[in-house]
Amino acid sequence: MATTTTTPAESHLTREEVARLAKPKKSPRARIGMIASYVGMGLIVLYCIIPFYWMIVSSLRQPTEGRSTEFLPNPPSIENFQGVFSGTNNFGRSLINSLIISGTTTVLTLLFGIVAAYALARLQFRGKAFVLWLIMACSMFPLIILIPPLLKMFSSSPPFEWFPYWINTYQAVIVPGLSFGLPLAVWNLTAFFKQLPVELEQAAMVDGCTPGVAFRKVILPLAAPGVFTTAIIVFIGAWNEYLVALTFLQAPERQTATVAISKFTGTTGFDTPYGTIMAAGVIVTVPLLIAVLIFQRRIVAGLTAGGVK
Amino acid sequence: MATATAVGKSSTVAGDGHKHKKNALSDGQGRLAWMLLAPTLLVIIVVAGIPVLLSIRESFFQTNSGVDPNTGLVAGGESFVGLKNFTDIFAGANQVEGSYGTMDRFWNAFLNTTLFTVVCVLLETVLGVAMALIMSKAFKGRGVVRAGILVPWAIPTIVSALMWKLIFDEAGVMNRILHQQILWLADTGASFWAIVIADVWKTAPFIGLLTLAGLQTIPAECYEAAKVDGATAWQQFTRITLPMVRPTLVVAVLFRTLDTLRMFDLPYGMIGPGKYRVETLSIFAYQEATQNRYGPAAAYAIILFIYVLLVAFVFVKVLGADVIGDSAPPKKKKKKGAGDDDAKTSAVPSLEMMGGAH
Repeated sequence: MATTTTTPAESHLTREEVARLAKPKKSPRARIGMIASYVGMGLIVLYCIIPFYWMIVSSLRQPTEGRSTEFLPNPPSIENFQGVFSGTNNFGRSLINSLIISGTTTVLTLLFGIVAAYALARLQFRGKAFVLWLIMACSMFPLIILIPPLLKMFSSSPPFEWFPYWINTYQAVIVPGLSFGLPLAVWNLTAFFKQLPVELEQAAMVDGCTPGVAFRKVILPLAAPGVFTTAIIVFIGAWNEYLVALTFLQAPERQTATVAISKFTGTTGFDTPYGTIMAAGVIVTVPLLIAVLIFQRRIVAGLTAGGVK
Repeated sequence: MATATAVGKSSTVAGDGHKHKKNALSDGQGRLAWMLLAPTLLVIIVVAGIPVLLSIRESFFQTNSGVDPNTGLVAGGESFVGLKNFTDIFAGANQVEGSYGTMDRFWNAFLNTTLFTVVCVLLETVLGVAMALIMSKAFKGRGVVRAGILVPWAIPTIVSALMWKLIFDEAGVMNRILHQQILWLADTGASFWAIVIADVWKTAPFIGLLTLAGLQTIPAECYEAAKVDGATAWQQFTRITLPMVRPTLVVAVLFRTLDTLRMFDLPYGMIGPGKYRVETLSIFAYQEATQNRYGPAAAYAIILFIYVLLVAFVFVKVLGADVIGDSAPPKKKKKKGAGDDDAKTSAVPSLEMMGGAH
């Protein structure tokens, strides 16, 4: 039935006109704007990706062609990746070190951060503003201000003879790392907890939960995306940390991956072994990138959850 | 800040009885709160508070060097020198040749730090806002762009420094594209711009991402009303977009500024230590510390810290950066809308911090 009624109407129109009418109307200006925004988005992606592409390409060249400017590796080779793990670099070990340090930092940061954020988000007490400002100020310290005293402290030099010798230990990096991770974690988590209505906990408490249990069984699962996001961000921060690790981890077998890369002498001699360095850079970065790409929605959504609802 | 504290306190005292009804979880739980905060505060005091105080003490001392005239032994330990480490900055005993002529190494580093910050943050902001505007226009493919934008952010700064080092190599791809023979890495004026390019690459997309979050909070009605009133695209941008995205943007820019003032990894990894055209205050202080000149190192670090605090203060007071959105929670909790604002401002700067180049 429907088709027969439309037939007379169609007879007045060519097929192209019908197609045009079927589409939502767009002014030419809007269309240009659309195209421009896609071109713009393409440019943004290229801008972000191209330098990284160069790193990947350079890592896939032969070791002798480290500085080649060919846009494709010719011939491609994975020798650089094998070179990264060759004897003198200690790179495999440094990856494990990085993993231990960043993992521990993340877990401890979350542990301390969650309880602190709960207090800041849910409890009323005097001095809350002071605590918030203290945590805030903590993220404003130039890292460098901590280096001289911590260096003296951790190396047990006077007047810190009583302090255990911490140079070349994991805790020398983990403990300062906490002070960089914590402001971020507390800040983020407080925001996430605050978003959740307090009535949820009250309901749980009416049902007989203590505040602690209500928090653990109701709020924490609901805030899990926030906790997870914070974990990723703290982990990436700890994994990328350089200055503290450079200062306190001098023994090659204790270095983190970032420090190891910056100290690469490679296997090929005096020239900067760019191929190997780039291969190592790719190895250090790719796991992070995969994580970021898988969870990008969550990272960004978690970040903007408060703002865009 | 002072007002925020006052507000917080006064309403805690005044509205106490009222709050019991409002929030059943907060019945006199101050002690519990401090217990829960204890681990965090302990870490902050031990790893940040005490070292900062020690640094302040250290800045009044100098490591003894040379031979002690009394004993004839190599001198050890430290001696109190008062403000000498600070006044030495003006004595000009450590002249170096940088981009700004011959001057004391401290002032050279100071100027580098300032210029890096101004140039980088300016470019990052302009580029970041442009990116955010583009992203806000498109619906399809936003996920791809977002993924792409997180790439520079996720790469460790030191790795990106080495990556750009290869790109800016004398025989590298940048010179090939430009058909020039610029010595980017040889501590020349070009080195400064190489660092700027690398830093902008790493952080502009992120400002873009944060600004996008701010843009998405602007109701479409604003633009519709503006269109009805016949506003041009530029007017819409300057009269609606910028003012409404301002709170997000100011906080993002503040944290970028603080990060850039403390820049270390990028010049250190890309150009190297002791290169005066790109030496920042952080690198200078680090170099001094590693040569056992703890006193001057601490003095420079403290000056940098004061500098950072001053800049933060200016941002908060002059530009009205709402850094600590939840500083007056008892008041704001009553309004749901204000609470949401808190969440936004507090989530935004914190990720921004991690994007930086410490």
